[in-house]
Amino acid sequence: MTGSRRDFLASAATGTAGLVISFHVPNLVRAAPRAAAPPLPSPNAFLRIAGDGSVTVMLAHSEMGQGIWTGLAMLIAEELDCDWSKVRCEHAPAAPVYGHPAMGMQMTGGSSSTRGEFDRYRTVGAMAKELLLRAAATRWKTTPSKLTAANGVIKFGDKTLTYGELAAAAMELPAPETVQLKEPKEWKLIGTTVRRLDTPEKITGKAQFGLDVAFPGLRTAVVLRPPAFGAKLVSFDAADALKVPGVEKVVPTANGVAVVARHFWAAKLGRDALRAEWSSPEAGGASTEKLLAEFRELARGDGATVVDTGNVKGALDQAASRCEAWYEVPYLAHATMEPLNCTVKIDGDRCEIWTGTQFQTVDQGVAAHILGTTPDKVTIHTTFLGGGFGRRANPASDFVSEAVIVARAAGVPVKVVWTREDDMRGGYYRPAYVHRVRVGLDRAGLPQAWHHVVVGQSILGGTAFEKFAVHNGIDETSVEGIADSPYLADTKSKHVSLHSPKTPITVLWWRSVGHTHTAFAVESMIDELAHAAGQDPLAYRLALLKGKPRFARALGTAASRAGWGTPAPAGRARGLAVHEAFGSIVAEVAEVSVEGGRITVHAVTAVVDCGTAVNPLGIEAQVQGSIAFGLTAALHGKLTVEGGKVVESNFHDYPVLRMSEMPRISVHVLPSDGKMGGIGEPATAPIAPAVANAVFALTRQRLRTLPLRLAKEA
Amino acid sequence: MKLDINDAVLEVEASGDMPLLWVLRDLLQLSGTKYGCGMAQCGACTVHLDGHPVRACVTPVSSIGTRKVTTIEGLSPDGSHPVQRAWAEADVVQCGYCQSGQIMTAVALLQKKPQPTDSDIDAALSGNICRCGTYVRVREAIHLASRLQRGAK
Repeated sequence: MTGSRRDFLASAATGTAGLVISFHVPNLVRAAPRAAAPPLPSPNAFLRIAGDGSVTVMLAHSEMGQGIWTGLAMLIAEELDCDWSKVRCEHAPAAPVYGHPAMGMQMTGGSSSTRGEFDRYRTVGAMAKELLLRAAATRWKTTPSKLTAANGVIKFGDKTLTYGELAAAAMELPAPETVQLKEPKEWKLIGTTVRRLDTPEKITGKAQFGLDVAFPGLRTAVVLRPPAFGAKLVSFDAADALKVPGVEKVVPTANGVAVVARHFWAAKLGRDALRAEWSSPEAGGASTEKLLAEFRELARGDGATVVDTGNVKGALDQAASRCEAWYEVPYLAHATMEPLNCTVKIDGDRCEIWTGTQFQTVDQGVAAHILGTTPDKVTIHTTFLGGGFGRRANPASDFVSEAVIVARAAGVPVKVVWTREDDMRGGYYRPAYVHRVRVGLDRAGLPQAWHHVVVGQSILGGTAFEKFAVHNGIDETSVEGIADSPYLADTKSKHVSLHSPKTPITVLWWRSVGHTHTAFAVESMIDELAHAAGQDPLAYRLALLKGKPRFARALGTAASRAGWGTPAPAGRARGLAVHEAFGSIVAEVAEVSVEGGRITVHAVTAVVDCGTAVNPLGIEAQVQGSIAFGLTAALHGKLTVEGGKVVESNFHDYPVLRMSEMPRISVHVLPSDGKMGGIGEPATAPIAPAVANAVFALTRQRLRTLPLRLAKEA
Repeated sequence: MKLDINDAVLEVEASGDMPLLWVLRDLLQLSGTKYGCGMAQCGACTVHLDGHPVRACVTPVSSIGTRKVTTIEGLSPDGSHPVQRAWAEADVVQCGYCQSGQIMTAVALLQKKPQPTDSDIDAALSGNICRCGTYVRVREAIHLASRLQRGAK
């Protein structure tokens, strides 16, 4: 693994990677090597116990709200049997030892941190406890088996030693070669409700985000970037910018101009005063309206084959009835609350970077490549991330590489700050997609043939990940959740194919990635089929899910908790959806009303089967948050490009869900012995179809385009 | 110019049009107040002027005068304000970036309405965006803070 990671580092910067294991998470988890047991981790890299008994857990992943600052610490603490009140966390530096157990590189994404680290972090805790026991046994001239350890204290008869007293001696001992992990029934911490460890600094303003990095001599830069996709900088005039008090330098970037100043406000005014000439983008520039029209044309014909089983054409021709529908979703910005930023200090052939990133290894490799040095000379200090949602995991390393270029050109340490407008217009969006779905039904109304064409940009095509995650023209992130839909398990004739047109608009993964649109298309279509068959949407789904007990249980539980089958309050209706993403199954029931053409979501009942639940309180928070994120896409999200330029710029014209629109949310985590899934993303996908299905139940208007817009005032 | 911030009078050198937000963050190293939009759309920069919530990103520093500025750092030295305690109890934070603004808005609401209803909360907090979607727990925490404040009196 180390070798492959090094290959990747070397080649990420040049655009051809050498990762042995493919990146896409579900495959990765399957592809993780099983034959040989991996070597035990080095406990010193993941854990420090100080003389006062405090336990510091080094996080190989980034805290961006999802709660690993607490969850990963729980894994170590469970096996270590330490005093939980003395546990704290730090982000680990970028180093090979912190590579993702399944992916090699150091990164956070794919809802994979907890399930990916479940064994490693518990093992570290067990190893450290074993070392502490051995140190105590040496002190007392006995054997570890005669000792007990609990709550940070080791006992031998009536004698006690604290972990703090034993730490120095323990860490000098050779690491154990094997350790025995607890059986689930022995867990004291895992599965219990634990409050977050990062709360104290986040409620007092002390938490350090990338934007808060400050040290003597640091300057702030604001960068003028291309006004349109495809525009190139022709020339610029810095004279007026340099007249702004506080502006110190104006330097070119790869395709832009950076104004370096003593503080943000001066840098921003300096940029406002810059004059720059840009080339016009080709063919008048990209237009999302035109692109979607082209996508619709493409959807009329089959694309690259994802799945083709049975005889779809014949089955469609012979079906008792047919149903066809088109679904569309727009480009979306991540709009993290903390706009992008990155601080860089270069010193000879060494470089220090402070930023909130999900992609330490990629950023480190790209920075090293730019500076002509090696990755080990690039130190990455990961700050708290003011939201990530995928935007801070960019194979192109845009916000880091740019800051490195600016700091080098400026010759001083620089914090590059993106304004909200820069962030909104800076590219790397969830791609727009068009789905054309045709279904042939038997006399009972069940799908016998499913023909599904997807059109939309590949997220990974053209990146260093392409050769690992794009196979036979199929970027799995474009189609995940269709062919493997539990509803289609018994559908013998299936065709799923994909067109991946290239456009000048840069794209990226966005919380729950392909599922954001595939769940909308599949769950809307299933609802259409239920109504076409004259059946109750729940009963119709449960009939299709006969062989899928986990799905049926999640959906059935959500329906009954939401009062499915009883009348909704006056003026409201319910809709439901269930979808699997990142190894977890989430069912959601939305209760909506419509007034004056406006959709209000009053309540959402969510039921989750994520296998082992490490921290139910954190899971509840992730489900609530994912539903809010998905509701923004369902009700508001739409990024428009005209003439190559992004139309929207800030929260006034790119609205996101606000408190007044937040429904009551009830979250139920099912006890489950299923394989552990992720939880940061999966609850995002089902909410849009659940709401659309509820709107149909209420108004008989079938809304097939996000954001949901009623055809006329209802 | 002189500014009364968190009960201390501080001297700053800044042009009058510089927003209070950047004076706090870049000149006074009070970085708990956050930049989110720069146009009073998101509430991440909420501070109090004489106890009233304002958006520091659109407040020129020249307009402050002798009014008292309170930032998240001035709410309590140790997170012991009832609203902060309620926030911890309800486990509200996720990424945490917007939370200073949420808390400052909640404190101002509770000063005006010690027992707010859900719709009072929705109205007062709808100017504070949270992309992590902590809204459900923000509501819970404000009700809890209301009880803590009344219990403490």
